[in-house]
Amino acid sequence: MTGSEPIWRRQWRAFCRNRRGLWSLAVFMVLFVVSLGAELVANDKPILVRYQGELYWPVFQVYPETAFGGLFETEANYRDPFVEELIDKDGWMLWPPIRYSYDTINYELTQPAPAPPSAENWLGTDDQGRDVLARLIYGFRLSVLFGLILTVASSAIGVVVGALQGYYGGWLDLAGQRFLEIWSSMPILYLIIVISSFVVPGFWTLLLIMLLFSWMTLVDLVRAEFLRARNLDYVRAAQALGVRTPVILFRHMLPNAMVATLTYLPFVLNASVILLTSLDFIGFGLPPGSPSLGELLGQGKANLHAPWLGLSAFVTLALMLSLLVFVGEAVRDAFDPRKYHADSGSRP
Amino acid sequence: MSLLRVRELSVWFDDPARPAVDRIDLDLEAGRMLALVGESGSGKSLTALSLLDLLPGGAHRQAATIELDGDNVLDWSEARRRALRGGDIGTIFQEPLTALNPLHRVEKQIGEAIRVHQRLGRAAVRKRCLELLEQVELPASDDMLARYPHQLSGGQRQRVMIAMALANDPRLLIADEPTTALDVTIQEAILDLLKRLQRERHLAVLLISHDLGLVGRFAEDVAVMHQGRIVERGATDRVLNHPEDDYTRHLLAAEPGGQPPPTPADAPVLLRADDLEAHFSGRRRGWLGARETVAAVDGVSFQLRRGETLGVVGESGSGKSTLALILLRLIRAKGKVVLLDQPLQTLSGRALRPWRRHMQVVFQDPYGSLNPRLTVHQAVEEGLRVHDRGLNADQRAERVRALLAEVGLPADSGDRYPHEFSGGQRQRIAIARALVLEPDLLILDEPTSALDRSVQAQVLELLKDLQRRRGLSYVFISHDLKVVRAISHRLLVMRHGKVVEHGDTERLFQSPEQAYTRRLMEAAFNRDGKQAVAQ
Repeated sequence: MTGSEPIWRRQWRAFCRNRRGLWSLAVFMVLFVVSLGAELVANDKPILVRYQGELYWPVFQVYPETAFGGLFETEANYRDPFVEELIDKDGWMLWPPIRYSYDTINYELTQPAPAPPSAENWLGTDDQGRDVLARLIYGFRLSVLFGLILTVASSAIGVVVGALQGYYGGWLDLAGQRFLEIWSSMPILYLIIVISSFVVPGFWTLLLIMLLFSWMTLVDLVRAEFLRARNLDYVRAAQALGVRTPVILFRHMLPNAMVATLTYLPFVLNASVILLTSLDFIGFGLPPGSPSLGELLGQGKANLHAPWLGLSAFVTLALMLSLLVFVGEAVRDAFDPRKYHADSGSRP
Repeated sequence: MSLLRVRELSVWFDDPARPAVDRIDLDLEAGRMLALVGESGSGKSLTALSLLDLLPGGAHRQAATIELDGDNVLDWSEARRRALRGGDIGTIFQEPLTALNPLHRVEKQIGEAIRVHQRLGRAAVRKRCLELLEQVELPASDDMLARYPHQLSGGQRQRVMIAMALANDPRLLIADEPTTALDVTIQEAILDLLKRLQRERHLAVLLISHDLGLVGRFAEDVAVMHQGRIVERGATDRVLNHPEDDYTRHLLAAEPGGQPPPTPADAPVLLRADDLEAHFSGRRRGWLGARETVAAVDGVSFQLRRGETLGVVGESGSGKSTLALILLRLIRAKGKVVLLDQPLQTLSGRALRPWRRHMQVVFQDPYGSLNPRLTVHQAVEEGLRVHDRGLNADQRAERVRALLAEVGLPADSGDRYPHEFSGGQRQRIAIARALVLEPDLLILDEPTSALDRSVQAQVLELLKDLQRRRGLSYVFISHDLKVVRAISHRLLVMRHGKVVEHGDTERLFQSPEQAYTRRLMEAAFNRDGKQAVAQ
């Protein structure tokens, strides 16, 4: 191994050495990118319409029905056989593979909702006649984004608080620890239930409320690492050089405390996803109608005669959580200096 | 006939072609002490561990014969070999704090060693424990049996370890660096004890050590190991006084010696310390009582001139390292530190920063003193980023390159990470980092203690050389009097935070005034290996 190689490239190679982690990352990224473009994959509007020689992009832009020679000034309903006929007469439509959005109700079901899987609804419909697969795709995106934002924000706060407590110690540490003990003994789930009874919880308000409590996970860990590291000789040497405190904290101490921190990150991410799912499951999460895995699980419980509901939600959740844990393991290996040097150094 | 007979013992990790121990032969007779000497990485500890079937994972052993009393151990079953450990072969490890279980009382530690090999009742085990304590010269009392390892001193812990090793009347005792972690005066006592036990019990002792002086005083035979091979063996007296092998001669010559470079008589005073005092708060008396305070440094004063080295010696806990931290103002203390006529104690953190460039530090542990995530270049360059903000990246790189060359590191070192270097090289990196700001004063806290003797000598030479060329002043902190003697102009002897004696190095070594100083000197220099081996 050449010495001039930047450290991130070594870490990347160490990451790649964990085959399971690499594959998990690949599968997860494909799923995530697909779900980011959910509007192009599952939608009740065509991606592209050609009508009387002109191109229309219904997914990105709203066109009134009159644009296609219809009667209403409102947005065209492309699933309406009348509109379909109008367009087909003088052009064509390019549909996404799934012709349902998360809130599209299939009114042409031949049997009462929830309907079992069919050629039209690949994973069946839920009890309101909405396509399960479309809801899964949108729900996956929502869960992952929610989890990621919550994890990044709560880790950033937790790391900074833990770093300051550990580095300065003394009264700051003592006061911080007591505050944490009180704050962490609050029952989060009940608080959210109480709060959501007078605030209508949306994506961001829910995120904010959860952030109030979830930043504590990493504090103790980072604090312990910094308490240990502040007496290390290289930290002392940096102090003796007159290096400023923020630089010591973030250049010398944080990267070495990151291994322990990163070990926890996948679990923080998973915990965030699970928290959101469980809130949705009991009905105190995202506003009604949102595509949510928890809500789908709840439907599965209420409709035991329709196993495709519970099974699809379960498989999606299990797959997402496992992939994230595998990726997390590989990231942890990559940041562990003992591991990525194992191939270059000789044994003691 | 010899008690232990080993033929063609090899140990290797990945590649049998590059063995860590290379086809060595050993013969050890009852009632004699054989010392296995070598520097770190020479394979001496692996040799001992392989005799005990305790090799680390990934290590492979091969031997033609390992005979105990004429019986080939290699043919024995796993269970029978296990009975050998702690039974016929007792072991003493280097670090008694980690070798003892911190949650077990002394009685349980020793009792367990007995119970594994003998069926004895509770009362009998206890009686045996008390006997063993007496043999290792500890008070044979219930109080001692009820103590936990952290309530014992380093020397006492090592005695408990010896008691455990003796629990089942072994015939062979393997002592792997038994005194390395201890203060000099305690090292003496422990080895005296080992020697006495060896004679009284007619034990065969395999002593593993890097310290030739110590070996010369206590062992009858010596085998010198180098890169996995035994390069020379024979009676201690002969090997140490008339070495035949080049490597042995090299080891013997590596004992620190020489004089510090002379200082001009009219050199100005660089650093003055007046009545320094620092306390640590200890245990609280009762719930609301005042905290007891422990004086870590108590009334220390000295002056240091330009180009001069002040050696600070003392045993562990004497406050040497605390003194270093006070001088660097990394901890607060009472008293005055005056650097270049500027009192430092009254400056605010911000006002102090420009003064820091005049005063830098090198620590003991070459593994802990460098950030594992910074390249050598980044580590050395950091001081320039703080103090010489006018320099651009190229100028900084130029300075770092020149400095790395000056401390004797290979040209491509800058881009590599600390783990790719040996202990001695890491210490050179730490010195380069301290020198990059061209300070006037270096505070060296045990800079050579973690290094092998021959590497130690090289680092000392480098320090002297730098002093000669740059007119540096050093505060050199060490527990090793030989090293201090080789580099210091003046000496400060500390004990329990107080200065015991202070004066010119040579005068202090020739005629120490205080009894404590004399004891330290005797412990350090009596075992020079030149004198006759104990009969």
